[in-house]
Amino acid sequence: GSMASGAMADPVDDTLIINEELTIVTRTAAPAHVADVLDEVMSGWLFRGTETRAMQADDFDNPGMIFVEQAEDVWNTADGSEGKSCADCHGASSDMSDVRPTFPKWNDAAEKVFTLEMQINDCRENRMGAEKWKYTGGDIVNMTALLASVSRGKPVNVAIDGPAQSTWEDGKELYYTRTGQLELSCANCHEDSYGKMIRADHLSQGQINGFPTYRLKNTKLNSAHARFKGCVRDTRAETYSPGSPEFVALELYVASRGNGLSVEGPSVRN
Amino acid sequence: MRVSIITTIAAAVSATALGAAEIAPTAVSFEDGTVSQSLSGVAGDPASGSEIVGSKKLGNCIACHQVSDLADVPFQGEIGPSLDGAGERWTEAELRGIVANAKIMFEDTMMPSFYKTEGFIRPGNAYTGEAADDTFGPLLTAQQIEDVVAYLSTLKE
Ligand code: HEC
Ligand code: HEC
Ligand code: HEC
Repeated sequence: GSMASGAMADPVDDTLIINEELTIVTRTAAPAHVADVLDEVMSGWLFRGTETRAMQADDFDNPGMIFVEQAEDVWNTADGSEGKSCADCHGASSDMSDVRPTFPKWNDAAEKVFTLEMQINDCRENRMGAEKWKYTGGDIVNMTALLASVSRGKPVNVAIDGPAQSTWEDGKELYYTRTGQLELSCANCHEDSYGKMIRADHLSQGQINGFPTYRLKNTKLNSAHARFKGCVRDTRAETYSPGSPEFVALELYVASRGNGLSVEGPSVRN
Repeated sequence: MRVSIITTIAAAVSATALGAAEIAPTAVSFEDGTVSQSLSGVAGDPASGSEIVGSKKLGNCIACHQVSDLADVPFQGEIGPSLDGAGERWTEAELRGIVANAKIMFEDTMMPSFYKTEGFIRPGNAYTGEAADDTFGPLLTAQQIEDVVAYLSTLKE
């Protein structure tokens, strides 16, 4: 592993404190189910440059927070045939602070694992009588940013057992499958090589505790599935679609690798 | 029927028609990870090889390897070992084997197989994210492999 390599691009030794008051856990002991391959799990924040890291430490400098504010308006606005807003059923967005850390999670009624996006669209369609939002579109990504922001500092804690277990196992299988003409798996880059440079990119562990991420590269919020798609495409593979069962399973598995890291979305990345 | 047979034969001999027998990606013979026979039958050009090694659009070897000789190419990766001195460490046949299909010499290596067309999981059409279509070919051509091997052979410490 890269931990022993002494490479010049190892993760920084730095602490993320948001707005000078909220300390974020950006590295912690690996959860039991990945302890055979990692000692520690680390947020992508530790692998970014000084300026990018600083942007995330202050909500006024974090460009992702503008979208959180927009979503707060939507949260309080009625929509659909039922004439209800999210707030009508759920109260203040800040009351939802225990939600993000547990998603993706099993949904009994649907009998499958739900991502936060699927849950939001389920409420829109079945509780509000409103149209579904596009899976990686601005509306939904903003709403996931709002729900992440109110959970910042809480540890990611997705369940991998019970009815979610087989989905988790599917996700694990995908994580280790070498796809595309370059025959690279997520693990090749984010487990075997984190801390190293791949051309101009400093490889992180590919954790998703910081999602959605505001990327300086495309100046918008990016969902985890959009990032997965980009990474799979970069193996010269036929990608899966955002929202597909494959990416839902992969999201559950990748999220579980970060159990114990703080929720830190919307994060800032390059 | 007759037309298709003629086309097939024509395709098979076209490399020969150019004066040298090109070995198809599926017909390369490896011995302990090495390939002794030239893939194109034409001597490699080290200048072209250096271009392929450094170019993001061609071999993109620099994504994973450092090469001091290519110091003007920015952002050299550190996934694999430095290629400095590769021409001293390895014979031409070994280098050809490594570049054509490194997974035979180094089991499970992260290094892609540059002269291979079969056995992929969800192969795509370059970096489009779409499924591979009938333009799908090896990452580098037979001659490009020979050029890269010729260049690597010049890397002595
Ligand atoms: C008419 C009522 C209603 C409205 C309006 C509504 N929801 Fe829900 N929501 C529910 C109910 C009921 C549940 C629990 C459903 C379940 O567990 O299957 C729920 C569950 C959720 C959860 C999961 C909570 C958890 O603890 O797991 C999230 C997140 C959520 N809703 C977000 C939203 C958002 C965002 C909106 C607006 C776009 C919205 N909801 C609108 C009724 C509503
Ligand atoms: C060829 C190398 C490569 C492969 C294979 C790869 N990635 Fe990535 N990934 C990157 C690079 C480079 C970045 C940007 C730098 C970083 O954050 O690591 C990145 C970023 C990410 C991020 C964002 C992390 C953050 O904190 O913002 C996630 C999540 C991610 N990858 C997940 C995956 C998953 C899941 C897979 C497999 C489906 C995968 N990656 C496959 C190279 C790769
Ligand atoms: C995605 C990463 C990656 C890319 C791209 C890559 N390599 Fe490698 N290469 C490696 C790794 C890793 C090794 C170490 C072998 C192992 O896994 O044990 C290696 C080993 C080698 C070696 C033997 C190293 C030595 O001197 O001992 C040579 C030669 C080599 N690569 C040449 C190339 C060339 C030429 C290209 C481009 C045409 C290339 N590589 C592209 C990852 C890569």
